[in-house]
Amino acid sequence: MRKILLFSIVLISGILFTGRLFYLQILDTSYAGLSANNAIKRIYDYPQRGHIYDRNGELLVSNQPSYDVMVIPREVKPFDTTEFCSLLKMTKEALVKRLNKARVYSPRLPSIVIPQLTKSEYAYLQEKMRKYEGFYIQKRSLRDYQVDYGANFLGYIAEVNRADIEDNPYYQSGDLKGRTGVERQYEEVLRGVKGVKYIQKDRFNRDIGAYKNGTLDTLPTPGKDLTLTIDAELQKYGEELMVNKRGGIVALEPSTGEILALVSAPNFDPSLLVGRERSRNFTELYYDSISKPLFDRGLQAQYPPGSPFKTLNALIALQEGVVDEEESFSCHMGYYYGSRGRKLGCHSHPSPLSMVPGIANSCNAYFANVYRRVIEKYDTPQEGMDTWHDHLASFGLGQYMGTDLPTGKPGHIPDSDYYNRAYQYPKYKWFSTATISNSIGQGEIILTPIQLANVTATIANRGWFYTPHIVKGIEGETDAIPEKYRTKNKTTIDPANFEPVVEGMFGAYNYGTAAGVQIPGIEICGKTGTAENYTKIDGKRQQLTDHSIFVAFAPKDNPKIAIAVFVENGYWGGRYGGKIASLMIEKHIKGEITRTDLEDWILSHSLEEEYAKPLSGKPFPINDGKKISGQIEEKLKS
Amino acid sequence: MRSTSRNARGNFDWLLILIYMALVGIGWVNIYSASIDPSGVADFFDLSNLYTKQLLFIGLSLLLIIFILSLEAKFFERFASLIYVVSILSLLGLFVFGKNISGATSWYSFGSFGLQPSEFAKAATALALAKYLSDIQTDVKSFTHQFRAFIIIALPAICIVPQPDPGSALVYAAFFFPLYREGLSGIYLIIGSITIALFVLTLAFGPLYIIAAIVLIALILLIKNRKKRFGKRYFYMLPVVAILFVFSVNYIFQNVFEQRHRDRFNVVLGKDVDMKSIGYNTYQSEIAIGNGGLTGKGFLKGTQTKGNFVPEQHTDYIFSTVGEEWGFLGSTLVIFLFVALMLRIIILSERQKNQFSRIYGYSIAGILFIHFLVNIGMVTGVFPTVGIPLPFFSYGGSGLWGFTILLFIFIKLDSNRVNEW
Repeated sequence: MRKILLFSIVLISGILFTGRLFYLQILDTSYAGLSANNAIKRIYDYPQRGHIYDRNGELLVSNQPSYDVMVIPREVKPFDTTEFCSLLKMTKEALVKRLNKARVYSPRLPSIVIPQLTKSEYAYLQEKMRKYEGFYIQKRSLRDYQVDYGANFLGYIAEVNRADIEDNPYYQSGDLKGRTGVERQYEEVLRGVKGVKYIQKDRFNRDIGAYKNGTLDTLPTPGKDLTLTIDAELQKYGEELMVNKRGGIVALEPSTGEILALVSAPNFDPSLLVGRERSRNFTELYYDSISKPLFDRGLQAQYPPGSPFKTLNALIALQEGVVDEEESFSCHMGYYYGSRGRKLGCHSHPSPLSMVPGIANSCNAYFANVYRRVIEKYDTPQEGMDTWHDHLASFGLGQYMGTDLPTGKPGHIPDSDYYNRAYQYPKYKWFSTATISNSIGQGEIILTPIQLANVTATIANRGWFYTPHIVKGIEGETDAIPEKYRTKNKTTIDPANFEPVVEGMFGAYNYGTAAGVQIPGIEICGKTGTAENYTKIDGKRQQLTDHSIFVAFAPKDNPKIAIAVFVENGYWGGRYGGKIASLMIEKHIKGEITRTDLEDWILSHSLEEEYAKPLSGKPFPINDGKKISGQIEEKLKS
Repeated sequence: MRSTSRNARGNFDWLLILIYMALVGIGWVNIYSASIDPSGVADFFDLSNLYTKQLLFIGLSLLLIIFILSLEAKFFERFASLIYVVSILSLLGLFVFGKNISGATSWYSFGSFGLQPSEFAKAATALALAKYLSDIQTDVKSFTHQFRAFIIIALPAICIVPQPDPGSALVYAAFFFPLYREGLSGIYLIIGSITIALFVLTLAFGPLYIIAAIVLIALILLIKNRKKRFGKRYFYMLPVVAILFVFSVNYIFQNVFEQRHRDRFNVVLGKDVDMKSIGYNTYQSEIAIGNGGLTGKGFLKGTQTKGNFVPEQHTDYIFSTVGEEWGFLGSTLVIFLFVALMLRIIILSERQKNQFSRIYGYSIAGILFIHFLVNIGMVTGVFPTVGIPLPFFSYGGSGLWGFTILLFIFIKLDSNRVNEW
């Protein structure tokens, strides 16, 4: 015992220390990153964000330098706060609040004190910054918008929030990130990769040279330029036409699926969401709950499509063989159905009509008949309804369009499940007549403008479409456009069945409902739409003036443009929608406007009064005073 | 046992000498890394560099080694008392002539160099204790002689504590090992172990749990041994004393200890402390070591080391540089070398025919062990912070020379085994 005591204690302590070292160095990995945070400072070099061009190479978005005052809280030494505050033009309370927030985020990582100084502010501050330890100025690049339109699809960039940082370790507090539109969708392309320099620090936080001689440092990878399919001139013109109106215009190139124009009205200047005013302006736009400027009506608004939907019912009927081009149906100012003599009203036009004039005159009775035949072709209305639904699904309806823009809505196309649930089948049965509104694009159907534009492009192509997309090219990439947008989507309708529908649309433009908006020298195929719509005022369903809808493509052969126009509460289709669509088509194909009468009318007409009506709190007339909203239903009851 | 080849090489234990050289060499490499100016502009031969100075100290210790080895082995036994007296005088002289460096008056100053007599006092005390215990008149079992031995050990320690340098004084606990080896009663060992265990456990778990545990153990032992009649009186005493001790530990810790001492214990016991101030040393040191991983970051590549984040890194915390730059492999190699050194000294001590040499050997093995245990324990965060250097490793002339003298006197004594009667 006496001889081995020290011997064994030495041996045991050697083993225990080896075990402790094994724990510290091999098992416990939490120390691995700590030193990196402790002893290594990272200096970031932010690359220029890629520029954005339109399809003709016109510059839409470039960059401007901006300077952020940053702070690393634990490095801050006591300083003259009064002087500093007057330098930064902020109150002492605001500064203290800001610094506390920065400390909560991280004492050793940089946070922004004041974002986005201008060049002159920066020049003034730069001299004095050295006095304040822990503060420094970080150069970044901000967006510089060359145009005052396109805000809805261009999107904007903003400082990352906590969720972004936790989501993606690339981002750090103060970094900028695309929030909406192409800025968000093509964030990684536009952003590039920031460069980083590692600096070894000593315990007094002084720089003592490059870490590992700079072998780990990286240079920034500049962001790539993006070319959009948008035609800047057309886009600008579209936004001008939509001033004082609400709604959306979507123009596509049918042969490629490229989005030529994506207008949402009311619009706003994208420059509002840049710089220090961004947050205030954004709040203002965000809380404008009446006109909702941030709501992209081209992509997100879901409207009942109205009469343009009849073209689809005609196509399905032909494909299902329940009608041919020749067969006529008579119309007595409407379609009467059911045992109690219910009526689906129609306007005055020659009768009876076959398919082509049926489309041209937009006869409700014709399509009610045809629709019923489709649904009733099968043993049960469920089967008929699902067949009808599947045809429409092949046009991309009732589902997200799958564009390369981060926003969108699926719209809705009902199927048998939907009606089974609604009518509590099998407890109660339902028949085709219960869904008769579908025949004229009302009822349970809602579509987004881009979906309707795509339907029009598909008709223009006689049976196929490319998924609409907004990217045309990425700098330095040959296959910039994803496979998805280079694959033809074929519909379930035979190409031959499209011809009567095209003729019908051509008729609508030549002698039918859209005859008033003809453009000399261009063969346009169009279809008007007038969609009833309702809102709720004080919990009561109130009808509003109809939406003015128009779809068209031109020229009839080898179409260059397919367009859908929705003007909220614009009354009948030819009134606003038709005029706007014709002007857009002329602008795109001719490059100049000959129907200046139409242009003058549109530019001089405002719907603001119409939009103010439901907010007035009083009963109001709709559809140009022909009836008073909310009173029709009451009369029917009595 | 005696080999002729050993004679040919001067009878020195070359294994010890090799380990010594390895430790000093590795130590210098790490001091170089810990003290080099990262900008890299300094002249290597400029004596303002700590690593250049240390190289000079190493060169001078070579002269010391030659001097010690050329002396007669009997010289150390003969002059042990004188050396001890001179050493005590040099410690006392500090109170008059000492220079205060970073709060401790532990130094004699000669121009830009300082000499720390406490580093040499260890060797002197070891010699004096060996001389006293090996005296044919001395009986370790006699209480009077025990007390005298205790005075020999305590005198330098008492001189060192008020410098203040309690860490260096703690080292004198090492002399328990030679005493025990020479026949000191096992009671001291048991009481000592229980005291330390109770102290640590009380701090870790609080007095209530410990007292409950003592009562429980005492009851179990009582029931088991109820048939035996003898020694019962002492047996009743033991738990009572233990409980009183537990209370006093709590009292001493809360009322006698200063806050910084309490903090150091709390850091090790994993109590909630602020790692930015109180636990800073330990925390940074653990980060540095933990950073090393298996193979380390490589020579001159430790980020904690380069950034000087670990305080006193070239002196007391030099082992953290080993950990960061050489990793688990490098630091276990160093541990292995120290263990090998100490075990070799113990083995050789047991072989001594001369009791003086054996006691001296045990003394230095014990001294090295306390340094090793406290220093590595502190750097790896299992011991409270006590500022004592790692032998042969830490920067400093006095320390290096003190340990060199300590070791090479033993090597000289050992080489003389064959000549003894």
